[in-house]
Amino acid sequence: MSRFPRHLLEVADLGRDGLTDVLRVTDSFVEVGHRSNPKVPALRGRSVATLFFEDSTRTRVSFETAAKRLSADVLSFAAGSSSMNKGESLRDTVETIEAMGIDAIVVRHPSSGAPAQVARWVRGCAVVNAGDGWHEHPTQALLDLYTVRHALGGGDAGLRRIEGLRVVIVGDIRHSRVARSQVAAYAALGALVTLVAPPTLLPPVLEDWPVVGVHYDLDAALPTADVVSVLRVQAERGSGTRLPSLREYTAGFGLTGRRAATLPPGAVILHPGPMVRGVEIASDVAELPAARVTEQVANGVAVRMAVLFLLLGQGEREMVGQGERDERALQGQGEREMVGQGERDERALQGQGERELLGQGEREGDQDG
Amino acid sequence: MGDRTAPTGTLLIRGGTVVDATGERRADVVVADGRVVAVGEGLTAGPGATVLDAGGCVVAPGLVDLHTHLRQPGSEESETVETGSRAASLGGFTAVVAMPNTNPPLDSADAVRSVLDLGRSATVEVAVAGAITVARAGERLAPMAELAALGVRIFTDDGAGVQSAGMMRCALEYAAALGVTLAQHCEDASLADGGAMHEGAWSSRLGVPGIPGLAEEVMVARDLALARETAARVHLLHLSTARSVDLVRVAKVQGVPVTAEAAPHHFTLTDASAATYDPLFKVNPPLRPQADVDAVVAGLADGTIDAIATDHAPHPPESKDLPFDLAPPGMLGLETALALAITGLGLPIRQVVGLLSWRPASIAGLDAGAGGEQGGPIAAGCPANLCVLDPAARWTVDPAALASRSRNTPYGGRTLTGRVRHTLFRGEPVVVDGRAQR
Repeated sequence: MSRFPRHLLEVADLGRDGLTDVLRVTDSFVEVGHRSNPKVPALRGRSVATLFFEDSTRTRVSFETAAKRLSADVLSFAAGSSSMNKGESLRDTVETIEAMGIDAIVVRHPSSGAPAQVARWVRGCAVVNAGDGWHEHPTQALLDLYTVRHALGGGDAGLRRIEGLRVVIVGDIRHSRVARSQVAAYAALGALVTLVAPPTLLPPVLEDWPVVGVHYDLDAALPTADVVSVLRVQAERGSGTRLPSLREYTAGFGLTGRRAATLPPGAVILHPGPMVRGVEIASDVAELPAARVTEQVANGVAVRMAVLFLLLGQGEREMVGQGERDERALQGQGEREMVGQGERDERALQGQGERELLGQGEREGDQDG
Repeated sequence: MGDRTAPTGTLLIRGGTVVDATGERRADVVVADGRVVAVGEGLTAGPGATVLDAGGCVVAPGLVDLHTHLRQPGSEESETVETGSRAASLGGFTAVVAMPNTNPPLDSADAVRSVLDLGRSATVEVAVAGAITVARAGERLAPMAELAALGVRIFTDDGAGVQSAGMMRCALEYAAALGVTLAQHCEDASLADGGAMHEGAWSSRLGVPGIPGLAEEVMVARDLALARETAARVHLLHLSTARSVDLVRVAKVQGVPVTAEAAPHHFTLTDASAATYDPLFKVNPPLRPQADVDAVVAGLADGTIDAIATDHAPHPPESKDLPFDLAPPGMLGLETALALAITGLGLPIRQVVGLLSWRPASIAGLDAGAGGEQGGPIAAGCPANLCVLDPAARWTVDPAALASRSRNTPYGGRTLTGRVRHTLFRGEPVVVDGRAQR
């Protein structure tokens, strides 16, 4: 396994190796999610704060569920319910939270780059970007990749099939942090990304983006698409004034039933949510088997568990190694909870469970590397 | 002469090269009673005279900044006339033009008088730019004749452009009769609003709302057309794009009465600086791509752009601890402008000094031709506003060591070439060996 970055601010922080690490670790946590008690002690004694300056119940609950399933303590800060609305600077807020002994801060902010600034101000804390302005939403792209990899058969074989995959991202790309993360993530794994949007909803300059095409014609792009990722029109970010009407948008760029029927067999439809049915995606299309929207949400929790685990896992190992914890109990639990049943190479997983959870063994020689 | 002449004894500036609009020669300079009394080789001063070493240095007319935000009244936590003037002296300036976007704005005789009064005890000449419109709102003319009678020679709504072409035309017609200059912050709000950096590859990647070069260029083009029509003098503030420079170049050939300035950050930094989302690099107009930077350098080199102006814009630290899009734009400039010009432009020293001294002095109406005391020449009988600079001295910018009340320089840690050794304001050595004397 590669050295995991200290923070997850954008997909580029991970690189190809980091991306595949997250996907592989996610497999374990997907399995955990299927249990009657979907909880592991991996981050017991650690604490994770969610710091949301923008309403987003879905993402916040997903991160908090992930942290709780890892047995971390969760603190929830939301703008509007705290001093953040009383003129306290972002920096003061962050320093206050870190002073409480938090190990990871999950930041959602309407300003692009705010998590990068937070990362400059913290001392020891890990920072996770849960969506910043129009910039990035890396865990969303990771859960999309995971969902696609699963649709392609899962495991390393599924991962390999992402290379050369034809991915169409359609919608309000200009204002979309999801699109920026998706493009980076798909491109890192060798997928061929095409962007489709009206010109007014595209970023001003795309020349250096790792995409194979930019089109204004969705109908032309669909028949060869293996994956269609549909994005919402972000009226709250000003898209409204950049379009004559949503009706006209739907006519040109909505994924209607007629358009979905032109997709090749086996194509996957993704939407990061929340969906505006009838605008960017027709209601009946969202219900097609090809649409993996619910699966995306479920995978979101597991992907975020993997991210938190990989960011904080190293400290855990040291703690355990110092004998502060009941090693025997943890070992039993680790084996039961983490390794358990599963479709994966048990030896590799067991190795990982032991190394990551119990602090035995070195990172060198990791079979997942 | 101003109303205040510091009582100084005789000063001898020895061993330097005198550089002014008339040329360049090895010479010592003797100063007494606020004036240059002698310029020549091998001069001596009587006993008791102060000798300032100018070995290896250029002795130039004091620098003149066309574009300084002194923040007083209203934002004294960022800067005051006193602290801004000290920073200016350390930067080699002997005159600054204080921008009117204060609180209250400098759109009335009382407000202008208050800043002029504060300036009387400063270490530089504090000239004032009046607002073009009341409250800089772009709707009603400010009392330009009344302000002109107080000595205001240049008017601007800087911080914003006059958005309405009709309003700007009216202001130019009125200004023509007063013989004053209108300075425009060229930015079309309908193209720029909501933007926080240059619109381009970097803004697209970073997801930061952009300000297109077009926002500047359409107003440059508009105001050149208006200036041609009204024959009033237009000065274009902080030009930042290649097409703006081209528009001005063509207009000058055609005889349009236009002058232009550029800020040091627009010829030394690019929009890639925003990659870390550090608001220290947020400024308006925004930092542009390398091609624009190159065009600004070329414009300064060929004279299309007449002057370097700092757009010194102090902000307290907490305002730069905000997310990039929420932080106020602006960066310090007075204490680094000369070094950035020497380091960044690669021009002969006399050309650099001209861009910072006699040319802005003339635009501001502070030069000898306009009855003022700035911009030289350095000759017996002339006011002793002088800057002694070492063009080869290398130094590293330390934000904490700046005299400004604020710290928002993007150049912290950078090593620059060229440093002010002494500054004389009306004969008084206000900076000696790089240290402010008061």
